[in-house]
Amino acid sequence: MSRYKNILFLVTVLVVQIIGLAAQIRRPNPTAADAPAVRLIRYWAIGLMSPPEKVIHGGGTGLRGLWSNYLDLRHVRQQNQELREQVGRLQLEQATLLEDARQGQRLQQLLAFKEHYIYSTVPTQVIGTAGTDQSRILYVDKGAKDGLKPDMAVITPDGIVGKLKDVYAHTSQVLVISDQTSGAGVLLESTRLRGVLRGNALGQPQIINMLPDDRVKPGERVITSGGDQIYPRGLPVGVVDRVVADTQNPPYLDIIIKPAANLGHLEELLVITQASDRMPEKEQQDLVQSAAEGAAVSQRRASDILAERLPGLNDPNAVVDPKQDQKQSDAAAAAAAAAIPPKLHPPPTLHADHYSPDATPPANALTPGHAIADPKYARQKDAQPQVANTTDAKPAAAKTSARSPEQTGDAAGEGASAKPPAHHPATSPAGASPAVPGQEASPGTAHPPAAKPKAPKAPATDQPAGADSTPEPSAKPPAPAGDGGPPR
Amino acid sequence: MAISASAARRELDVQRYPLLVVVLVPLLAIFVQALIPRFIPRFDILDLPLLVTIYFAVGWRNPIAGTVTGAVIGLIQDALTSRPLGINGISQCVVGFLAASLGVKIDVENPGTRLLINFVFTLLNIGIYLFIMHHMLAQNLGTNWLHEVIKAVINSIVGVFFFDILDRVRPRD
Repeated sequence: MSRYKNILFLVTVLVVQIIGLAAQIRRPNPTAADAPAVRLIRYWAIGLMSPPEKVIHGGGTGLRGLWSNYLDLRHVRQQNQELREQVGRLQLEQATLLEDARQGQRLQQLLAFKEHYIYSTVPTQVIGTAGTDQSRILYVDKGAKDGLKPDMAVITPDGIVGKLKDVYAHTSQVLVISDQTSGAGVLLESTRLRGVLRGNALGQPQIINMLPDDRVKPGERVITSGGDQIYPRGLPVGVVDRVVADTQNPPYLDIIIKPAANLGHLEELLVITQASDRMPEKEQQDLVQSAAEGAAVSQRRASDILAERLPGLNDPNAVVDPKQDQKQSDAAAAAAAAAIPPKLHPPPTLHADHYSPDATPPANALTPGHAIADPKYARQKDAQPQVANTTDAKPAAAKTSARSPEQTGDAAGEGASAKPPAHHPATSPAGASPAVPGQEASPGTAHPPAAKPKAPKAPATDQPAGADSTPEPSAKPPAPAGDGGPPR
Repeated sequence: MAISASAARRELDVQRYPLLVVVLVPLLAIFVQALIPRFIPRFDILDLPLLVTIYFAVGWRNPIAGTVTGAVIGLIQDALTSRPLGINGISQCVVGFLAASLGVKIDVENPGTRLLINFVFTLLNIGIYLFIMHHMLAQNLGTNWLHEVIKAVINSIVGVFFFDILDRVRPRD
């Protein structure tokens, strides 16, 4: 008997452990929590390892903090300035995306789709690992006392990391997405293919059991689909690294993913402790603030443009410090150069008529029933019939018709309905010229209000042009052939 | 005659270690194994706790002690993973038993022998682990044998130096 005592002992130990394994595996749900006895053993082991890990982590953090907080402050001001600028820029970008987001939310409400917003997170620090490449497990320094629970998603700002597996009082176990027993619902962003993400034997996350699809290319972004009820929808997962054949399940493919989060060097993690179908209040406040700032910037730009174009609106009696004014004007000029679109200057008139700027005398210089006394204006008036009777009239009409109704304010669209031209500021003498440089300003495209009483005085100047539309209520609309398109 | 010679050799060459060393060295190995991959991710290809099991088993030359050492270290390793308890426990207690049995018969002080037994026992440990995962737990996990062989080679090379370090904590006669 003593000859076999070693073998008997080995068999006994093996049998005990196999029975223990069977007791753990016979649960109907393999992903359920451990039995109390098993949990107790894990608790002891983690309780044995965690304190020194926390001490080492705390010491390292303290040393790094000493260095980064007190000794290495060389570029903090510059970084702060850059970050402030970045925050401002991001707020503006957020404001521009706000309307799209609201539209998306309305559509999702129509479809009864529940968007899950990240409502609150708990920051944690990685203090250790499982220590084996057969199990991709991390340990973090927060636990149930901090509000963590199993199956909460763990992320970094770059992308998802994993989920909480076991949660103890002051530590938690994170099952990383590169583990072979992990799982996450993911979505290929451009091809909209869905799949399940899990780790392979080499610790690379991969989407398994994908049907062959030529559209899947390396570099395509992968995001969470939200179907697993753990990771909120739309979080970055990574990009497609390569597509390989699944040797165990042909003809399926495995898509190897390059994770967005650096799974090899994880330090600070965020645990999503609460997700809701309502946007968090803080996020709402940020959006409102961004929208207000975006509106203020837009309004400021509009007011700058107005002040620049109408300088008479400025208070002439205002006392301005010259130095401050100079600084402000320099800053404003720099900002305006970057933000304000260039002013529109009409091209010079090729064939001046009495609608052209400075072609007519001011109203106070005119006397009813008398000819224009100023020879400058009289000469131009005499020249009008010559211009109108030239053979260029029809080409001018054709050029006019090639423009859109918005550009031309053409007769078919507006003149036929005999709307008063005052409603269209773009047709004022200053704005009558086309916005595109080089485009000809046709006489028939502008109808300043001041010209209307003068129309009977020179009927011959307008009518021969053919394409012109005198803004008379009884004016006959021009022929569609002259417009080159159906009336709008 | 052979049995008596083996028993005599066991009596002569058996190594004795202070209890503190026996307790602290495995714990330290597990601790380092859990801590270092946080900073050096590829460090997890090493299996220091397995090397400690082999070292103590061949040093003690006692299969029962080797079995217990392997089972305890393996169970602690299992407790730190998300896998069921006992997978590493079973594989390492077999390794501990065989290493102790082998230590009775061959000279384990030679670096070449150490290199070889580390390579063989690392591969054996991986084989038993995968057998349990695939056939006893029915978990269909992928296996990359090239990776496992590389892991065995690295463990065997590191094991030679690691054993030298552990020899220094052994009390001299």
